[in-house]
Amino acid sequence: MKVLLRNPSREVDMNGPISVVKLLNRLEMSRQEVLVIQNGTLVPGDAMLAEDAIVEVRPVISGG
Amino acid sequence: MKCKVCKGPALIDVRRHNANFCSDHFIRYCREQVSKTLKEFDMAEPGDRLLVAVSGGKDSFAVWDILESLGFDTNGLYVGLGIGEYSDTSGQYVRDFATGRNLPLTEIDLRSTYDYDVPTASAVTRRVPCSACGLSKRHVFDKECRKGNFDAIVTGHNLDDEAAVLYGNVLRWQTDYLGRQRPMLPALNGFPKKIKPLVRLSERETAAYCVLRGIDYLVEECPMAAGNKHLSYKAALNLIEEESPGSKQAFYFGFLRDAVDRFDLTTSDPNQDRSDVATEDSPILSPCIECGSPTNVETCSFCRLLRRASGAKPVPVELIRKKY
Repeated sequence: MKVLLRNPSREVDMNGPISVVKLLNRLEMSRQEVLVIQNGTLVPGDAMLAEDAIVEVRPVISGG
Repeated sequence: MKCKVCKGPALIDVRRHNANFCSDHFIRYCREQVSKTLKEFDMAEPGDRLLVAVSGGKDSFAVWDILESLGFDTNGLYVGLGIGEYSDTSGQYVRDFATGRNLPLTEIDLRSTYDYDVPTASAVTRRVPCSACGLSKRHVFDKECRKGNFDAIVTGHNLDDEAAVLYGNVLRWQTDYLGRQRPMLPALNGFPKKIKPLVRLSERETAAYCVLRGIDYLVEECPMAAGNKHLSYKAALNLIEEESPGSKQAFYFGFLRDAVDRFDLTTSDPNQDRSDVATEDSPILSPCIECGSPTNVETCSFCRLLRRASGAKPVPVELIRKKY
């Protein structure tokens, strides 16, 4: 599966299927500091992501 | 995960409320939180004309969209800060948002209006970029709010922003800043009313709101914000929140309930120039001799910045980023 990351924008390949929680653990990211987005909508924490999924992991923290 | 309201599949969890929501009920939750905040802090009433400061980011778009959905008469205000490509992109996001919804937008570009930009102001005044940026924006917000006779200026500060600022002010016991850290500052002494309707929503919630509403916002961070203290305070608070959901809300709203009145600004030094932090409560205010804005010194901080930065040789963003 392809995972799009931000700040800076980049793309990484991961093995699927995998749950959102496990994906974020592997990326060492806190679920409270990002949103996982697929096909323009949110993916809940308990969802499974397929091997061929393309998802974006979007940070929500801003420095303002 | 099931929606707390309809028991259908949920898309988002709000841990501090121990609740999960589907798309429709999450959007409703966000609007209700803002509506509650507007009433609780006397921020605005139906029919008020609100000037919404917009940056192209999730928070300002979320608050503008929510206020529109609640029926307020809104006008966007975008300040072009001249932060290289970042400002070019953010300006386009704002224009697209306003045009797509047929909403009125006022644009003030620092370079074309005042002949300086934030990187240049930061360099010539030796202020950190966020300080030069904040001072410039506050001046433009106040000026445009008075000029357009709006009832209040709206900013998109969220719960995380306010908790982080509070944390920083408490760490260093910035008592004068603590005294004015309220989500609503009334119009006083020539300063317009300022309101922060998103203080009951976390930034994860404002981001989720934008995604679920199909709002395209600028995700990239301001290149000059990297490494600022505000981000480290947020990181520290997020560690606490992870272990104890609701801590940030308890910290900030507990402060508003039990402590903010103890830090009243009328007890602060009247001879200190406070115009750079827009202190409506400063005891002695008169018009700035150059721009007419209220200040407790002869020339306000913005005009002093303008004297040094306006017309100065432009400084590229990259040079400032290396310095800070």
